[in-house]
Amino acid sequence: MQASTFTARGDRPSLERSPASRLPDRALKWGLSGLAAAILILIAFFFIRLIGQSNQALSQFGFSFVFRNNWDVARNIYEGASLVVGTLITSAIALVIGVPVAVATALYLTELCPLRARAPLGMLVDLLAAVPSVVYGLWGVWVLGPKLVPIEKWIANTFSFIPWIGGGAAAITPGNIFVAGLILAIMILPIVSAISREVLRTVPLEHKEAALALGATRWEMIRMSILPYSRSGITGGAMLGLGRAIGETIAVVVLIGDAPVIPKHLFSQGYSLAAVIANEFGESTGLHRSALFAAGLVLFVLTLVVNIVARVFVARSARGSRIVADAGTDDVVVQIAEGMP
Amino acid sequence: MSSLEAQAVSGRRRTTDRLMRATMLACTLLALVPLVAIIYYLIYKGIGSWSGSFFTTDPNGNFFGNPGGIRSAILGTLEIVALATVIAVPIGIGVALYLTEYGKDSRFAATIRYFVDVMTGVPSIVFGLFIYISLVISHIGGDFTAWKGSIALSLLMLPIVTRSAEVVLLLVPDSLREAALALGAPRWRVVARIVLPTAAPGLLTGSLLAIARGMGETAPLLFTTAGAFGLTFSLGQQMNALPLQIYNDLASPRSVVVDRAWGAALTLVALVLILNLIARAISRRSRVA
Repeated sequence: MQASTFTARGDRPSLERSPASRLPDRALKWGLSGLAAAILILIAFFFIRLIGQSNQALSQFGFSFVFRNNWDVARNIYEGASLVVGTLITSAIALVIGVPVAVATALYLTELCPLRARAPLGMLVDLLAAVPSVVYGLWGVWVLGPKLVPIEKWIANTFSFIPWIGGGAAAITPGNIFVAGLILAIMILPIVSAISREVLRTVPLEHKEAALALGATRWEMIRMSILPYSRSGITGGAMLGLGRAIGETIAVVVLIGDAPVIPKHLFSQGYSLAAVIANEFGESTGLHRSALFAAGLVLFVLTLVVNIVARVFVARSARGSRIVADAGTDDVVVQIAEGMP
Repeated sequence: MSSLEAQAVSGRRRTTDRLMRATMLACTLLALVPLVAIIYYLIYKGIGSWSGSFFTTDPNGNFFGNPGGIRSAILGTLEIVALATVIAVPIGIGVALYLTEYGKDSRFAATIRYFVDVMTGVPSIVFGLFIYISLVISHIGGDFTAWKGSIALSLLMLPIVTRSAEVVLLLVPDSLREAALALGAPRWRVVARIVLPTAAPGLLTGSLLAIARGMGETAPLLFTTAGAFGLTFSLGQQMNALPLQIYNDLASPRSVVVDRAWGAALTLVALVLILNLIARAISRRSRVA
């Protein structure tokens, strides 16, 4: 301290705090740092424990746990390619349906919507994220699934010449991979839309005005100056939605049909990693339980990778601003680095 | 003006523009269809089972006759989520305080921030598995207990609290901190007397949103709390919760039980939406955030 010119009490300058009065400061600093560090330790601990629990199944089946399909509880064989495939197909359906609608919604809400209606409409879209997944499941099982069966049969019959989409109409049940994917599309819509809205808001006004000044229509302005600027951020948002779709459990387990087979048609029954855990965990023992932990491990690693890649995209787009959808209400949080103290 | 426009914008371009605008409006309306449909069906199918006895009796496992109400599920959800809140909110805000007041741009803080972000992406069922392998397998204080469910939910709520708290704390003007420090206040006092009170409404909003989120989660409770029929106030026992009740009733062959699921779902969504609306109202009122 520069205060040494002041009259000293003992051997320290008068303006310096006594060691005793500095104690709570240090305690707070180290306490909070410890708390933060505990989170890292906790995640590492869980990860190692999860590997330990899945070890039995993984050492027995190795890579065939994810690359071959023979999930036979009665014979104690657990090769879960159908689980991985089911997870990926339902998530893909969710993205194909959910992302265009979400981005269009975001574009409408940021660029076209009358100012007065923006906040309430945005809030309504956000509220979709507040509906618990078990409620989506209940609604899917008793309303959406049964109502879609005739439409699905019609599609399967009409487009029977398209491989994988057509055919198998007679076997269509209310619960199938398409319905599960559709519910997931509804569930990821608010996240993708919220992130897209935040990304679109970072497009500099000059870019938009430049396009309009050159005589572009609103749509041309969106296509030429907004979308290129925010493409990477929207991609990141879609991938965060993908991470959410991969991990969703309860709404999927009641709608996907819970059949450990590789789906032959768009409207076939299937299974997913999260669904198999929720469904079979209760009555599993030994190798079966270890296989379910292994499914959990695959799920964890898959979502981790997707999230990490998503964040790279979002960070690239936002140029120093950090945009993250929290898993909860999917409220979106933006921090512009320049604005940070 | 119109003649000028007609000259400037060719018919085809204008048609495309109109078409795309209409598509975007249609997509927005389409996005709202599920919300309206879900709320409509919840009320249409759920309101009928709402009655005095629905809220004052516990579910029984009987195969015939009256299946009972959802009292233990409502109270169980409130108990489990209350404990989860007590765990997640102080820790979550603590971590956020570290990030904004001490860590700032250091490498350690960046790592913490990164892992908090990663935690938001972890599927809720994986949190259930985490608690199962660390607390249930080891039989600490019994097998399946309500407090283990609370811990699983708190893991899920923690990153939500931290992320929202960090943003709100960053919005507290540095001039306030500097003014307090210049008056000789120690750092902890600045945090306790200046930063936290200024950010309080925003912190409350984030916490309420996290609570609303935790309230609706089923998967983490499956492997930790496991559910029950009867009413209990002991967090050391298996406990019922609204999401568990709905999940168990949902596929029942008995229509009265499915009706109970709709009634319970309406109750749950009402609770969650009310929390959401309160949170949004608070954040709109507050000066910061």
